Amino acid sequence: MEGKAHVYKKDHINTDEIIPARYLNSDQESELAMHAMEDLDVDFIKKVKAGDFIVSGADFGCGSSREHAVWALRGAGIRAVIANSFARIFYRNCINNGFLAIECQDAVGKVKNDDLLKIDLTDGKIVNLTRQQTYQFQPLPGFAREIIEAGGLMEKIKKELK
Amino acid sequence: MGVTITEKILAVHSGRDIVKPGELINCEIDTVMCHDVTTTPAIDMLEKNDITKVFDPERVVIMPDHFIPNKDIKSAEMVARIRRWAQAQGITNFYDIGRHGVCHALLPEQGYVTPGKTIVCGDSHTCTHGALGAFSTGIGSTDLAATLATGKLWFKVPESMLFVISGQLPDGVYAKDIILKIIGLIGVDGALYRAMEFCGEVIDELSVEGRMTICNMAIEAGAKTGVINPDAKTLEYVSSRSAASFTVYRSDSDAVYSRTMEVDVSGLEPVVALPHLPGNVKFAREVNDIPVDQAYLGSCTNGRIEDLRVAAQILKNRTVAHGTRMIVVPATTEIWKQANREGLLDIFMSAGATVSTPTCGACLGGYMGILAAGERCISSTNRNFVGRMGSPQSEVYLASPATVAASAITGKITDPRQYL
Ligand code: SF4
Repeated sequence: MEGKAHVYKKDHINTDEIIPARYLNSDQESELAMHAMEDLDVDFIKKVKAGDFIVSGADFGCGSSREHAVWALRGAGIRAVIANSFARIFYRNCINNGFLAIECQDAVGKVKNDDLLKIDLTDGKIVNLTRQQTYQFQPLPGFAREIIEAGGLMEKIKKELK
Repeated sequence: MGVTITEKILAVHSGRDIVKPGELINCEIDTVMCHDVTTTPAIDMLEKNDITKVFDPERVVIMPDHFIPNKDIKSAEMVARIRRWAQAQGITNFYDIGRHGVCHALLPEQGYVTPGKTIVCGDSHTCTHGALGAFSTGIGSTDLAATLATGKLWFKVPESMLFVISGQLPDGVYAKDIILKIIGLIGVDGALYRAMEFCGEVIDELSVEGRMTICNMAIEAGAKTGVINPDAKTLEYVSSRSAASFTVYRSDSDAVYSRTMEVDVSGLEPVVALPHLPGNVKFAREVNDIPVDQAYLGSCTNGRIEDLRVAAQILKNRTVAHGTRMIVVPATTEIWKQANREGLLDIFMSAGATVSTPTCGACLGGYMGILAAGERCISSTNRNFVGRMGSPQSEVYLASPATVAASAITGKITDPRQYL
């Protein structure tokens, strides 16, 4: 997994900033993506390429339970969010969608905008190819990994219901 | 060693004698509430995965509220789809126009919240219902789909924090001021992943509605849920609305908390949370020169009958300042009717405010009171994030209904005590 870092060095980036409520009358990923991070950075959608990462501070995704926040970011091409910590419901929504939310304070402190990063999930490692640095993170707990490996919570449940 | 009310409810619902903070459990859910915004994606997921039946139609309650009455064609389609789906599923607990209201006000009012229950909804303020001694938490749409399919959901058992609210609440200071003060003290992620349990003489004195205001905003400190041990007031509130049997759980006196904090409110004054975080708390008198374009009274935090009474008492025989507009949104149809019977709606209209039908509407920047760039709103709601009620260049100041009403009269942020 390789991509460019988009750094927002701010704590408490909330779901209204990730996808404003005025767009919640749609749940189409492509439509939501057009407005991802709009109130924080109007050019976000122009800058992001498929496979890129967001790097941010503490409590990322606080606020509402709207899963639209995860879909907007994924629709925009974001592969993972790396942050100091995550808000609870946003974190659940990431896991349930098989979308990566990685807590790694070391990376948040050192990664600069546009750095090229490579994420190694099994080893819990982020390699900064631009700066030749490596950051460790706690691999996801077993239960969460099961959901991600199944391709999301619904996939897991579907199998269990059969 | 004792356990908390949250741990007791979660243990019973996951078939265990005891659960410990940090443990992952698969938990039985008693009631699933669905509103308009997060439910259609869940229906899509169920259909995509060929899951044709919900686990139990009787345990699902549908309360469209965010863009109700329909804001535009897209939201109309959204609700139409939910209506068709509910019908096909045999879900009869459907609160359509005429019985509608903001979900977190409507659910307890209609008797769906009883002590000891587990409740989830695709909405972050689901923590409100812990005020009646239930375990209640907000989830996303995938969680919602999973719960609708199986009646169960995975949780990490949260650590609990205990907030002992002591002293005597001064006149003009309300439940909203208490919870804003607490969020100001611990910060907007001060209770991240945890259960916030509230107790103490001040909580005992508060009405059930006031307790809901407090638990409603637990999420604004990052908490998984807010909870209050049931007492005689709780049981009276519940028994007048529900015939269902239930079990009351209470925290043991030697229960273990990750942190215990005593908050003495005797010296508390009316507060306001400044943009753009609910934790930016100042005394109203410290910011009383800030002009407001709009005063908004409503929402799942403070749109209940008590809130309307307090605001009406202040607005009676007074008028909203020239250049300021006031919007009053009773949270449910029953509250609207009650306010009408008591003459409160007339007081608001005579003061120059407008009264709308129940809706979330402007609380989340949906419609019915959107702010333009550069505009300021004093609001009884729970979030003041960038763009929350409209333009990203607008500002929201959170306060109690009394402070909202007083500010509407003067056209700037005002300590309500001068009008009591
Ligand atoms: S009133 Fe506001 S906070 Fe409450 S459920 Fe509606 S949008 Fe959410």
